[in-house]
Amino acid sequence: MADKEILLQVEDLKMWFPITQGIIIQHHVGDIKAVDGLSFFIRRGETLGLVGESGCGKSTTGRAILQLYRPTGGDVYFQGHNLTQLKGEPLRRMRRQMQMIFQDPYASLNPRMTVGDIVGEPLEVHNIARGRELRERVMDLLEDVGLNRYFINRYPHEFSGGQRQRIGVARALAVGPEFIVCDEPISALDVSIQAQIINLLEEMQQKYHLTYLFIAHDLSVVRHISDRVAVMYLGKIVELTTRDQLYYDGRHPYTKALLSAVPIPDPAVEEKRQRTILTGDVPSPANPPKGCHFHTRCPVKIAGTCDVIEPEFKDIGNDHWVACHRVS
Amino acid sequence: MATLLQVKGLKTQFFTQDGVVNAVNAIDFDLNEGETLGIVGESGCGKSVSVLSLMRLIPTPPGRVVGGEAWFQGRDLIKMDNEEIRSVRGNKIAMIFQDPMTSLNPVLTINQQVSEALELHLGMDKRQARRRTVELLDLVRIPDAANRIDDYPHQFSGGMRQRVMIAMGLSCNPQLLIADEPTTALDVTIQAQITDLVRQLKNEIGMAVIWITHDLGIVAGLADRVNVMYAGFIIESADVKDLYADPRHPYTLGLLGSIPRLDAERKTRLTPIEGLPPDLIDMPPGCPFAPRCRYALDKCLTENPVLETVARRHTVACWVDVKGGSR
Repeated sequence: MADKEILLQVEDLKMWFPITQGIIIQHHVGDIKAVDGLSFFIRRGETLGLVGESGCGKSTTGRAILQLYRPTGGDVYFQGHNLTQLKGEPLRRMRRQMQMIFQDPYASLNPRMTVGDIVGEPLEVHNIARGRELRERVMDLLEDVGLNRYFINRYPHEFSGGQRQRIGVARALAVGPEFIVCDEPISALDVSIQAQIINLLEEMQQKYHLTYLFIAHDLSVVRHISDRVAVMYLGKIVELTTRDQLYYDGRHPYTKALLSAVPIPDPAVEEKRQRTILTGDVPSPANPPKGCHFHTRCPVKIAGTCDVIEPEFKDIGNDHWVACHRVS
Repeated sequence: MATLLQVKGLKTQFFTQDGVVNAVNAIDFDLNEGETLGIVGESGCGKSVSVLSLMRLIPTPPGRVVGGEAWFQGRDLIKMDNEEIRSVRGNKIAMIFQDPMTSLNPVLTINQQVSEALELHLGMDKRQARRRTVELLDLVRIPDAANRIDDYPHQFSGGMRQRVMIAMGLSCNPQLLIADEPTTALDVTIQAQITDLVRQLKNEIGMAVIWITHDLGIVAGLADRVNVMYAGFIIESADVKDLYADPRHPYTLGLLGSIPRLDAERKTRLTPIEGLPPDLIDMPPGCPFAPRCRYALDKCLTENPVLETVARRHTVACWVDVKGGSR
């Protein structure tokens, strides 16, 4: 895996949202630093998991990469093009290569469009197919994602959550992309349905040689589907490594706490587990703590260092990056 | 151990325009004093409705408890009049809900909300209630409780609000705490704080807990016994270790096979349960799980199995012995 070519490179990505005051004349009084200086890459054909708690900026990262938000700073290189510099037609052409699957299959499908229109729209927009050919393509896509090809004239409300998410997958696949951002694609689904969608995503990846950025809050799911995992906390990546190294040799104290907080469905294992239970809550991204963002909750912080100096996101070798003063 | 709660044949239906929804279908279960019971199932399986029925909190109409008994300390909760059930609810039996954002009143201070139960059920005056409120907030580990008591809910984070809900639940020293997905809306590190807190409080206070969740992981670390529900039926019930080590119902097996485990050694393919849960208005005549079941026999499509004992304290509703052959 390590020698595979790099498909997507993110450098010092920043996405700040302004906080304003005033009704008519808006004063800029601060920023919510949702994403604050991320650097990482994704290799062709791999799945990079992005995990973190709500509000840590993981979804914003996905959207900023696809240029659904224009980043405040930093660069995103995809197949050699810097997406942050592209606009208009050249950017639109790049969008054929990059698609997204959304969290809420109830909100992300237009209730007044038929399945055929929903899945066919990207084909039309990008002038890939029209007329009969388009319908054939859509039917094939539906079959691909495990739906009946004659569902093409139905409306979203006729489908269950799992089936809707399949429609969302079909729409993302329609233009034949290289790269898909999966933003919490299973968290709105029931337990027995989640596995169906995970398996579908894995099958599609194999069949079409896709590269995924898989965003989720559930570390068990992320570890299952990903080759490498990035852990985010308050707008920053604190650790990035392979799925197994993260589990067996996670170095950042937040990673360790997160791992120990995930319940394991086995009473015998649960009984023996050592838990690190973090105190307190995630601070507000509008006013993050100085130094290391995690120091307010960190069980091993060094007074005078962690609360003053921001740790560097260091390569410690063996495909492993950590941002912590305790790790050298 | 003495039995604290005994539920027999509890049946709840909702009468809607589309037809009668069979939300809970004559379920039986017992709960001992000081025991933690996990109720596991997917959305719409009747896990919340079953405990809301016990507490007589089903909105009527459209819902109604159409049959069954629920014996709690020698009295049947289902037959109580409104006055009697009010003296039990929030007093002997407390309940905390999924969404701590909406279950607190935004225009009342924390003190006003926690004190209310103390004044109502225990007859305390305002000063006593205030002192007890501070004690309770300390008990649920809210830092600096004495100063935060006059804050409003919006000044608390999600995890803190759930702690306030637990403090309210504990205010009258309940014998039973019912927790309906209390951590589903919370982040995983906050979830760990709350489950840890409940585990400690249970030992300190010695109350029984019913914990409703869809997460088999939480139940594994918290419960003594587990009821697995599907389509309004309890389909398997066992001590927690037996359920995970020796699951006997195909649905339980399916659930365990379909969730990725954090500690899985290799990347293994998940085995999903194909299909969808049945429509509760138009239930299949046989076993409700039969249309999705890998082991289904002809009999399963026509006759619904009842819970039968298969091992010590382990009951299963299935015609098939998943360990080989039909029963």
